[in-house]
Amino acid sequence: MKNIISHRAIFLSVSGTLVLASIVCLFVFGFRPAIDFTGGTLWQVKINGTNVTEQHIADVLHTTGGVASPVVYRELTPDSFLIKTQPLTETDHQRLAGVLRGTFGSVEELQFQSIGPTIGDQLRSRAIWAGILVLFGISLYIAFSFRKVSYPVSSWKYGIATLIALFHDVIIPMGVLAILGKTNGIEIDTNFVVALLVIMGFSVHDTIVVFDRIRENLMVHRGSKKPFDETVNESIVQTMARSINTSLTLVLVLVAMIIFGAPNLRIFSGVLLIGTIAGTYSSIFVASPLLTLWHKFDTNKSAK
Amino acid sequence: MTKRNASLLLFLVAIVTVVGIFFIYPASWSAAISSWSPWKLGLDLVGGSHLTYKIDTSALDSSRVSDTLAGLRDVIEKRVNAFGVREPQVAISQTQGENYLVIDLAGISDVQEAIKQIGQTPFLDFRTVGTTTDASGTPVWVPTELKGQYIQSASLSFDQRTSQPEVQLQFTGEGTDLFAKLTEQNVGKQIGIFVDNNLISAPVVNEKIPSGNAVISGRFSVDEAKKLAQNINAGALPAPITLVNQQTVGASLGTNSLQSSLWAGLIGTLLVMLFMMLYYHWRGFLASVALVVYIVISLIIFKLFVTMSLAGIAGFLLSIGMAVDANVLIFERTKEELKKGLEVGAATREGFRRAWTAIRDSNVSTIITTLILFNITSGFVKGLALTLFLGVLVSMFTAITVTRGLLTVFSKSKTV
Repeated sequence: MKNIISHRAIFLSVSGTLVLASIVCLFVFGFRPAIDFTGGTLWQVKINGTNVTEQHIADVLHTTGGVASPVVYRELTPDSFLIKTQPLTETDHQRLAGVLRGTFGSVEELQFQSIGPTIGDQLRSRAIWAGILVLFGISLYIAFSFRKVSYPVSSWKYGIATLIALFHDVIIPMGVLAILGKTNGIEIDTNFVVALLVIMGFSVHDTIVVFDRIRENLMVHRGSKKPFDETVNESIVQTMARSINTSLTLVLVLVAMIIFGAPNLRIFSGVLLIGTIAGTYSSIFVASPLLTLWHKFDTNKSAK
Repeated sequence: MTKRNASLLLFLVAIVTVVGIFFIYPASWSAAISSWSPWKLGLDLVGGSHLTYKIDTSALDSSRVSDTLAGLRDVIEKRVNAFGVREPQVAISQTQGENYLVIDLAGISDVQEAIKQIGQTPFLDFRTVGTTTDASGTPVWVPTELKGQYIQSASLSFDQRTSQPEVQLQFTGEGTDLFAKLTEQNVGKQIGIFVDNNLISAPVVNEKIPSGNAVISGRFSVDEAKKLAQNINAGALPAPITLVNQQTVGASLGTNSLQSSLWAGLIGTLLVMLFMMLYYHWRGFLASVALVVYIVISLIIFKLFVTMSLAGIAGFLLSIGMAVDANVLIFERTKEELKKGLEVGAATREGFRRAWTAIRDSNVSTIITTLILFNITSGFVKGLALTLFLGVLVSMFTAITVTRGLLTVFSKSKTV
């Protein structure tokens, strides 16, 4: 039988390193907040023409349009540009559309989004609240659902272990996005926060499957002298195929969404993909090993 | 489940699925169905505009705020309906003590004109000359209770002596009383008529006017007077509004998002089915059949009750990846029971029975997440939470009950 618990030091250090690296990235690079949170204007336009550059558009908006500091990106789709500025009023919007048409001829507006700073504040506080409530709700439910299993590890410890695994699953995509924000200018918007919350909901699935089996095996071995570590290891090995397979079906859909889906959802799907993979890893190699470690710590303490 | 019950169940599910396919398929041969219950697509899929206006209620008496907000909503709705948008949505939302007006215009062709017209609505009020003066010595105008919402109708007319164009106002019953009171108290003084905080005219009151008629005269051209009258008729706004958030999606981007999402969904579904069949063989095939049933039933529910946005589709696609999770858990468990030496029927029964707690717990955690998302967030995120929530519920039925029926009918043992 494969022994995962006896190698828990390796698996836990891999996770620990990744989590630590993510936290460092978060602190060093920080996030690039999108206009959802800061207020501002995001304007996606399609300009046909062979020699239109980002710089050219920015210059026109600045000198002719009088926009303080426009930032222009070229998108993957040909001729499509993203323009970012401070919040524009509808009058400014129309005037600048006129300026662009005057300079470049045919300009198609794909998307225009202008958000005032107060809305950004509200979105941010809502996102934080939603995160806290999801964390709270899920851990309460786990503790409730495992309330009958209190030997040899009390049920609230399952809840805490789930929370740690969950933290692991969200912090890694956050770290990746912090790096991408630095290198590729990718920004954090509402969709990103939603993706993190969805990861929280999904990541517990696999952890629950393993814990469910531990719960069952503990009942089966009740009265026997089988060590807790062995019961946990047995449960992990028994459920490994289903942990991987349930995630794999989601990964297949996410990959299809990234390759073929709407470009606007690519980052959303990518964040979910990273979170799902991290979640599968943590359910096998983090959550249950932590339980055994905790158990060992407790027994050592009571032995003294 | 006995074979008899399972056959009955599958027969019903098959009927629902086949009828459902005709119902959800957006082709010309189902034009009659489409006109009876068309797909409702959000503005991020068909193009359109999502507008948020901040409502300034600071000038209102606190007891009248809710009435005024309702009135404002009605007025804007009337204007918005005139744009010819299918199912425009106008709602008031309160956040952190501020009031917002949220307008969704899906499928609108000229967003700019719509924004212009909504924003252009004049805010009309009457003011009196106050006792204080400003730095230059001109008296300060004092706002009164008489505002645009008390106006019944406005029309273009011409001054009989000068032939200048003017706007004739007819007050509502309540407005008539207010105007009578106002004129009575200000005989010999000026009353200022303000539109959007600009003084348009300031006639001197000669006597109390109980008839409920007033005239705005001033430097109008015929066109200007006509437009002002029209705007007041369409509804003078009871409180001023400012656009604080605008999200406009062009029709071509919307169509692209829809098409690519459908492709992603189709390919994702095929990949999931392929995997299930390769890994779980004939059981995986039955799970794939159940997945088709899942997709059709979900789409029937969406078409009937949900306006689909891009986020909603994303939520649905995610749920496809999760819908077979229950099958995976059940089949893995069945395999284990088979290894223990149980015969197929008993092993399958055990598989369903013992996988249930894990299925229940993980679905409950998703339901908790979606409920929180749905209640706390707004707009597009709600769509994702809703489809994901509905998806989890439907998948519990298809992945457990329908799969069980299929296994019962197509296995050699008597009951499963």
